Amino acid sequence: MCTGRVDLAFILRAYSNGADGVFIGGCWLGECHYVTEGNYDALFNMHLGRKLLQEIGIEPQRLRLEWIAASEGIRYAEVMNDFGKQLKTFGPLGKGEGLAPDILKLKLEALSNLIPYIKLVERERLRVRFDQQEKYDEYFASRDFKRLFDELIVDRLVRVQIQLLLAKKPLTTAELAVTLGLSPATAARHLKQSTMQGLVRFDTAQQCYALA
Amino acid sequence: MASNSVELLAADHSVDRNRGDVLIVGGGISGIQASLDLANSGFRVFLVDKSPSIGGKMSLLDKTFPTNDCSMCIESPKFIECSRHPNIEIITYTEVERVSGEAGNFTVSLIKKPRYIIEDKCTGCNICVDYCPVKIPDPFNQGLSANKSVHIYFSQAEPLVTYIDPETCLYLQEGKCQICVGACKTNAIDLHQQPEPFELEVGAILLAPGFDIFNPKLRGDYGYGRMKNVVTSLEFERILCSTGPYEGEIQRPSDLAHPQRIAWIQCVGSRQVIPGGNSYCSAVCCTYTQKQVILSKDHYPDLAATIFHNDIRAYGKDFERFYQRAEKLDDVRFIRSYVTIGREIPENNNVTIRYATFAEGVKEEEFDLVVLSVGLNPPADAVKLANICGIELNDQGFCKIDPANPIATTRQGIFVSGAFQGPMDIPESVVTASGADALCGQLLSYRRNKLSRERLYPPERDVSQEELKIGVVVCHCGANIGRVVNIPEVIEYAATLKNVSWAGENLFACSTENAQQITNQIKDKGLNRVVLAACTPRTHEPLFRDTCREAGINQYFFEFANIREHCAWVHSKDKENATQKAKDIIRMSVARAAHLQPLQEFELPVNKVALVVGGGLAGMTSALNMAAQGFEVYLIEQAADLGGMARRIHYTLNGMSVQAQLHDLVRKVYRQPSIHVLTEASIQDVDGYIGNFVTSVSTAGRVRQIAHGIAIIATGAAEHRPTEYLYGSDERVLTQLELEGEIVAQNPRIAAAESLVMIQCVGCREEGRNYCSRVCCGQALKNALKLKKLNPAIDIHILFRDMRSYGFKEDFYRAAAELDVKFIRFEPEHKPVVTAAGDKLNIKVPDLVLGQMLELEADLVALSAAVVPAESTHELAKLFKVSTNPDGFFQEAHVKLRPVDFASDGVFMCGTAHYPKHLDETISQALGAAGRAVGILAGDSVTASGAVCDVNEEACISCGACITSCSYNAITFIDTPKGKKARVEAVLCKGDGLCNAKCPTGAIYLKHYTDDEIFAQIDGAIPDYAETHSH
Repeated sequence: MCTGRVDLAFILRAYSNGADGVFIGGCWLGECHYVTEGNYDALFNMHLGRKLLQEIGIEPQRLRLEWIAASEGIRYAEVMNDFGKQLKTFGPLGKGEGLAPDILKLKLEALSNLIPYIKLVERERLRVRFDQQEKYDEYFASRDFKRLFDELIVDRLVRVQIQLLLAKKPLTTAELAVTLGLSPATAARHLKQSTMQGLVRFDTAQQCYALA
Repeated sequence: MASNSVELLAADHSVDRNRGDVLIVGGGISGIQASLDLANSGFRVFLVDKSPSIGGKMSLLDKTFPTNDCSMCIESPKFIECSRHPNIEIITYTEVERVSGEAGNFTVSLIKKPRYIIEDKCTGCNICVDYCPVKIPDPFNQGLSANKSVHIYFSQAEPLVTYIDPETCLYLQEGKCQICVGACKTNAIDLHQQPEPFELEVGAILLAPGFDIFNPKLRGDYGYGRMKNVVTSLEFERILCSTGPYEGEIQRPSDLAHPQRIAWIQCVGSRQVIPGGNSYCSAVCCTYTQKQVILSKDHYPDLAATIFHNDIRAYGKDFERFYQRAEKLDDVRFIRSYVTIGREIPENNNVTIRYATFAEGVKEEEFDLVVLSVGLNPPADAVKLANICGIELNDQGFCKIDPANPIATTRQGIFVSGAFQGPMDIPESVVTASGADALCGQLLSYRRNKLSRERLYPPERDVSQEELKIGVVVCHCGANIGRVVNIPEVIEYAATLKNVSWAGENLFACSTENAQQITNQIKDKGLNRVVLAACTPRTHEPLFRDTCREAGINQYFFEFANIREHCAWVHSKDKENATQKAKDIIRMSVARAAHLQPLQEFELPVNKVALVVGGGLAGMTSALNMAAQGFEVYLIEQAADLGGMARRIHYTLNGMSVQAQLHDLVRKVYRQPSIHVLTEASIQDVDGYIGNFVTSVSTAGRVRQIAHGIAIIATGAAEHRPTEYLYGSDERVLTQLELEGEIVAQNPRIAAAESLVMIQCVGCREEGRNYCSRVCCGQALKNALKLKKLNPAIDIHILFRDMRSYGFKEDFYRAAAELDVKFIRFEPEHKPVVTAAGDKLNIKVPDLVLGQMLELEADLVALSAAVVPAESTHELAKLFKVSTNPDGFFQEAHVKLRPVDFASDGVFMCGTAHYPKHLDETISQALGAAGRAVGILAGDSVTASGAVCDVNEEACISCGACITSCSYNAITFIDTPKGKKARVEAVLCKGDGLCNAKCPTGAIYLKHYTDDEIFAQIDGAIPDYAETHSH
């Protein structure tokens, strides 16, 4: 099994279970034990994972990827000690970020639900392959990436959260806006879009939104 | 030895117990590898060792260079493989007495020394050891710690039974005691055992007795034997080892204090012409010392290490980087100086060493511990063995071999592998072992599969209707785990986990006896999943999967929880938390085990045809051997003629007539009807997998498809074309190969030359090509000696960085010096400068001895140019989907134990495509590759893993994400009534699982690593989160 097998879903599952950090250890770039060089995929996934975590308000550095060869036991211990220290400064997951437990749960659930979609757009629109590790940093920090990310993922992520909330009970625009920390106008825009897509409906009797 | 209930005779062979195909003398790593290779090629093997256990010198080592793998961890699985192999009979504590007969029909008389233990009855429980009143210095730990008169040789010994030291046993000496007899619960002790003579009939004999270490005590070298804190490198190896006398704490013998300043003295007993010394270089000491330095610094970063050395001979693959790694560590000094021991300081037993440097002159320095890097001697009983076997020894006391066939002795039917050929390291011992398999196979191919047996497993129990019954076994790993993790507490905890129906412990789960116990537990308790909390699946998973099979459950019901590397070793100072972590790891494994599915490995037919790529010395040697063993071979050469680089080599240091040998080989290849030679051929495409490759080869504009079962890549290497030292602009500057060509062609300018300067390490051991080309020092010596012979008056200077005339080549270095060839060392920062000066060349180089610039004049300059990977290497790597190392040579599957295998099954390598090497080494390796390849060709089928991908077609949305992610082309679309669906060709799948992470619907899944299994493990990591964080 290769680091490239590490699914975004695994990472999110760990956070959903309350893990304060997730560490991925892989073979050095260029030293693939298969011929697949899946560690580049792992590197891409790590960056994407960090962007997604950031988007739901989780400290992105809670996800860490390091290259460690089988013979580098000492390095592994050092890296893990360092990561442990780093995680302590972040505090417990959610609490450190100032996210209420139910909101944290909601956001992680929304993100998990979105994974099949993310995999599709990752392949179609986001995927890149570079030789050098730094190029990945540049790409994920670039405007191009931000534009694509915003366009493809950000709005959808909010709408999934809206759907998850509405699945529990109907809510008004204002209630949704407060819960998700959105401006009423943004919340209204998402609700309008979701209504047009037939995902939610406005319940005129109760003056609130519900799942379609 | 544990009797093996499932080992049955196949077919109707009425095998005489004392008849076999090959007798192997020496159960070290070379003998072990040869046994396995032969046994897997359809021969019945007797593996005889005079020690109480197989393992040899490798079992004494802490780690192995240059990867620093734990030596025992990589060797002991092979003990078990041997002991479980139906075609290998291990006979320990036994010596060969007489050999009669001839090749194909030897009768060997042996004597089994009395162990005073009935091997079949002993369980290795160690109770007799506890009761034995006699303490003796432990022979395995080099006498540095105590053991009992009755003891097990070492804790992973095979067979894992005790033996009694007759010299110290009170009963055997004085007729008193017998306490052990009363203590033994199985009546395994027999103090009246007598030497037991017996005879074996075999077709061939392989001598793999290894080496003995140089004993510095005989001459009292460097105070050894007089001063307590002077130890041999082998003793230090034990000191470093966690199963050693100080349990892995580096302590010194005098007061058990941690030494802060350790000195290593190189070449002890080696490179000496004085009486009692060995004239040759022992070939391994430089690198094992660097390993010991790195390991010592790992233990104690503050420790100061000083290495007093002569040349640093980092000539092997990845050795140069390893040397640099050691050298760059803080407080590590490599000092090039001869030394003498000063004195032992009475108050603290510290030892002083006197040495000299150019900068500071003579100094005397104090050290807490001195390690003597002792060399390799021929085995102590080499002469006796040679007489018994009727073979000759060389002047150095090692086995006499023909460089054109380094694995054959002077007697037909008797072969030699490992360090009995001469000093060599582990990979070479393994390669020559596989080579010996090839030669035995060639000799005995007519009787292949006649005496061999197969392992039969009991039918697999269908557990699909059973409720989950997980068994957890926690291994002490001797003290490795047991002294850190509270094992009883962990077992108690494991028993409370969901679905666990039994939890127990094991001292060494990997011992044959304990593995058998696990088998019994599975049967007795009706277990249907097994979690073993022990070491690493990297080395031990195959064994325990087998254990499950023998108990009648699917082998994929086995799950490893690594509480050694991932827990005990890293948290040895925090026992409480380590115990907690062990529980966490086990809980995760148990959670995963509950989801494990039975998987079937499948048998694939083998196309018994070999493809050899490269028609040089290596390729032809492999091809001829495989053909002689009865297999069809296609030999592909890109040039118009066979021969490769060897066509440019005419003579060698060890007296090979290369061209005669080469012509003979080419003739044999063309005459061998089962070898099909394709010259001016190039490979277009490689399809398929082990047992069933199809390769498209283009020759003369025609492309043909060759179906084959295995491939050997022997594409060689090239000589670097230098860009420095006026090469290319001044015709008087030439490479060593060009020089050799001109010498042989009797070019007049060679005869006329009055002076010649050779420059070593041109284009290597530097930025961009950070490796040693291994052959150039030998080449330089060879050409220098030849020139001196042609014209004794010629003035030759060799400008070098380190003379790497390893092994027996050292004698030629000395011979050259005696003929007044001048050796001048330079540092890479101050390379020689060559300029044209009229009809001469002028060479300037700083003289490190005199501290001034030396100016030389020469008629010719010969450059020892680097050996570089062949141009085709990269392309071939892609075609065969195999990897190369950072230097561009092909990368073997495991540096130590699989030196000619690629990680991709069914593909092998040999010759300089692997790394630069001399012709005799190339021949050995070519035979080794042939031996490994025949191991596959000789069988009718190969087994493919069950842990591969499969597709749930219902969920597949035909997006193709998996197909684009697979580098093995294992996934294709097939048309189904419901549209295109992905399908996996299981034998091509390597189980990396990349496709899983790309599939949006989870349709493709990697068996044994499914989402369910991994999610269960993740959920198991923090089980109580849900309770403590309920919202």
